[in-house]
Amino acid sequence: MPAVSMTVNGKPVSADADSRTLLVQFLRETLRLTGTHVGCDTSQCGACVVHLDGKAVKSCTIFAWQAAGANVTTIEGLANGATLHPMQEAFRDNHGLQCGFCTPGMIMTAVDMVNRKGHHLDDKTIREELEGNICRCTGYHNIVKSIAAGAKAMA
Amino acid sequence: MSATGIGAAVRRKEDFRFVTGKGQYTDDINRPGQTYIHFVRSPHAHAKIKSIDSAEAKKAPGVVAVLTGADLANDKIGNLICGWAITSKDGSPMKMSAHPAIANVKACHVGDAVAVVIAETLAQAKDAGEKVKVDYEVLPAVADPAKAQAKGAPLIHDVAPHNTIYQWHLGDQKAVEAAIKSAKHVTKLHFINNRLVPNAIEPRAALADYDAGSEHLTLWNTSQNPHVARLVIAAFVGMAPEHKLRVIAPDVGGGFGSKIFIYPEEVVCLWAARKVNRPVKWNSDRSEAFLTDCHGRDHVTHAEMAFDAEGKITALRAKTIANLGAYMSTFSSSVPTYLYATLLSGQYGIPNIYCEVDAVYTNTVPVDAYRGAGRPEATYVVERLVEVGAREMGIDPADLRKRNFIKSFPHATPVIMTYDAGDYNASLKKAMELADVKGFGKRKRDSARHGKLRGLGYSTYIEACGIAPSQAVGSLGAGVGLWESAEVRVNPTGSVEILTGSHSHGQGHETTFAQLVSERLGIPIENISIVHGDTDKVQFGMGTYGSRSGAVGMSAIVKALDKVEAKAKKVAAFMLEAAEGDIEFKDGKFTVAGTDKAAAWGDVALNAYIAHKFTGAELEPGLKEGAFYDPTNFTFPAGCHICEVEVDPETGHTDIMAWTAVDDFGVIINPMIVEGQVHGGIAQGVGQALYEGTVYDKEGQLVTGSYMDYAMPRADYLPSFRVDTTETKCPSNPLGIKGCGEAGAIAAPAAVMNAITDAIGTEHIAMPATPATVWAAIQKTHHSRKAAE
Repeated sequence: MPAVSMTVNGKPVSADADSRTLLVQFLRETLRLTGTHVGCDTSQCGACVVHLDGKAVKSCTIFAWQAAGANVTTIEGLANGATLHPMQEAFRDNHGLQCGFCTPGMIMTAVDMVNRKGHHLDDKTIREELEGNICRCTGYHNIVKSIAAGAKAMA
Repeated sequence: MSATGIGAAVRRKEDFRFVTGKGQYTDDINRPGQTYIHFVRSPHAHAKIKSIDSAEAKKAPGVVAVLTGADLANDKIGNLICGWAITSKDGSPMKMSAHPAIANVKACHVGDAVAVVIAETLAQAKDAGEKVKVDYEVLPAVADPAKAQAKGAPLIHDVAPHNTIYQWHLGDQKAVEAAIKSAKHVTKLHFINNRLVPNAIEPRAALADYDAGSEHLTLWNTSQNPHVARLVIAAFVGMAPEHKLRVIAPDVGGGFGSKIFIYPEEVVCLWAARKVNRPVKWNSDRSEAFLTDCHGRDHVTHAEMAFDAEGKITALRAKTIANLGAYMSTFSSSVPTYLYATLLSGQYGIPNIYCEVDAVYTNTVPVDAYRGAGRPEATYVVERLVEVGAREMGIDPADLRKRNFIKSFPHATPVIMTYDAGDYNASLKKAMELADVKGFGKRKRDSARHGKLRGLGYSTYIEACGIAPSQAVGSLGAGVGLWESAEVRVNPTGSVEILTGSHSHGQGHETTFAQLVSERLGIPIENISIVHGDTDKVQFGMGTYGSRSGAVGMSAIVKALDKVEAKAKKVAAFMLEAAEGDIEFKDGKFTVAGTDKAAAWGDVALNAYIAHKFTGAELEPGLKEGAFYDPTNFTFPAGCHICEVEVDPETGHTDIMAWTAVDDFGVIINPMIVEGQVHGGIAQGVGQALYEGTVYDKEGQLVTGSYMDYAMPRADYLPSFRVDTTETKCPSNPLGIKGCGEAGAIAAPAAVMNAITDAIGTEHIAMPATPATVWAAIQKTHHSRKAAE
């Protein structure tokens, strides 16, 4: 098995990975970073979203070797120690999560959304941008609220 | 109200771990030396298993074992069971088929497991699974419940002629017939309550570990009720004695009913772990979830509602065929009977009700409880009939409802339930104001100006929640009592652990249960831990479903807290050298009435353990109490949802323009969490009404088997919701709580469909009202109107 090297949450990592190993499997099973979740097998649900060189990707749709040499940020790498990232804080403040399973992907998508669309996001934009993330608990109402608040707090 | 007590919108204690990726779901847990299991599943809906050749698979790299249904039978592993006995109207018992965890003789639905491969890695297990050769004799299949009982339909289980599990009824048939005959007006409708796939975003998972030294099995799984899982797997499946089986349901990523049931996969993982003497791990992928998680709803109903000249409802009659799928799942039999027909009175004083239900087997995934379970189906029948009846009689739908509302309590319906409290007019009135029903006419004209059809639909729903009263459910056929347990452990430093039989999988119990304790003991919520989901820690519990955790689970905590307070008062009496009867407890402080003598909560807790001030003969040291709480009645949350839609007649596309919900949940512990529950419920109800339709083809193949084909509601499909409450306290539990988890899913489908039919002017349209369906209904109405002209 070839070794794959990349930087994950600021730390260089290197491990053997089968050529068919998906990035999400590499993160969850090899690195034991289990905050990134898998909720489907058709790249629809978005529970596995991470940042690859600063951009949101579904880590179930790329192989680990495709991320070789890249900078990967997962949900575990977002907070600064005990200080939450403003988007994490916004989800907590606005009850933007219930079971918590889609939440890591939602937050990673939300941060990317702010990076691309700015700090003043209207509901329509947020809802459209969430096309690739499915939540079954919240009805999205409080996720939309959380992202709008988090976007402002990130300014 | 304190900042963290009952009624406060406290931020959730569990969220820090979830937003930082530190939740511990079943698939996040790993055991040293674990193997991975892959289920080989039938691609056919109905097929005899003639032979299985696993020789090649066994030789594949990394394979530890290949096991079949024959191996399972040889090891005398018992069948899965349905725990609620229903008796047919002719007095015969329901026809429960054998349900082996791995099919041995024949496969009865696509996805039925026929063999398993256990290997060092998941990829190796899957690869080897391809090499298991199963020789099938494909049999004719039936997937449509309306066709399952037909002459010549393929017989799925010998035990159930005509695929009929039971023919059950409730109510007075003759009285209903007479009332319908003498009615001024009768509204008749044919309904299909569409089959839904629950789709909790965390797929089901199981990890089984066997300790050969102590002969102890441990199962981590995605369960809403780990104790019930342990009981069934021990007592009925016969896997291991109950005291040698530990079931742990850690963080669980949504359930909605689908994780209540005892499934084949967890049984097989336990059995396989002991057989290969290594941990065995299974994590469902989404495609597998579509083929194996119990589905919901799937009713075909013909119903009639009779009215007198004043628009008073005089009778309701319903005939339903309920599809239970290929096998009877854990609680499947109760859903289309006692959770359905008992709610057919809605919020209305209906003197005569009769309901007949035929439950049938089909070659589809088993059907069981899904958010609301029976009550959404009942609400859909009642609320569509009332709305259509109003339109047919030319009465305003809100006015017709008001004329028929139950106004005095308790109210015994003709279908078992006794409603204990409510004010249905109050929630309707408040919802109408918030939704600005008065301004609807203007909005409709505005929509018409830009070519859109606007409609408004009500749903004044009721549900029976706090699923519990053991006397009641036992008399109706439940195999277990549905009380709840709690234990309050007070540590010497005054911090508190609450052990509860309820299970949180998104509901926020770690917060709301702590709020209750904080209010009662006057200590900060940070000093309170909620322990749940582990059969080695919590002695027994019935789990979370049927909106029961507040009304039943928290009431058990109240009962245990009563005992703790009584004991603590005794300790305080010794400390303060006062009579026990003079001790008062308020805001975390024990005082002696009429004096300034006081002891803080923490000091009393410490003294209970140090026990310097009293001897064991006078008082037992320690401060820990347990309680089992069994309520005397169900709770009856009710409310009014109003949906306003705009339909584009050119495309059939429906936009929800506004949603107003006014619910009466009794006393609310945390309004933020309750609102979240309502939002999520509405989204699932809107999903059923507009998007989600489970499609089987004639051969029993599941056509909608992934998120590519099954339309899950997404953020941009849904509006924001206006949510408010009214309050009548539930008289049957000490907190006055009614429950809120299912309301949205129960209320929403009828509200949406009443709004769409109001907009397009025809009642003949089925859920999900996709653009194609709505467009076709508009065209048909248009053409028939033209033909009439």
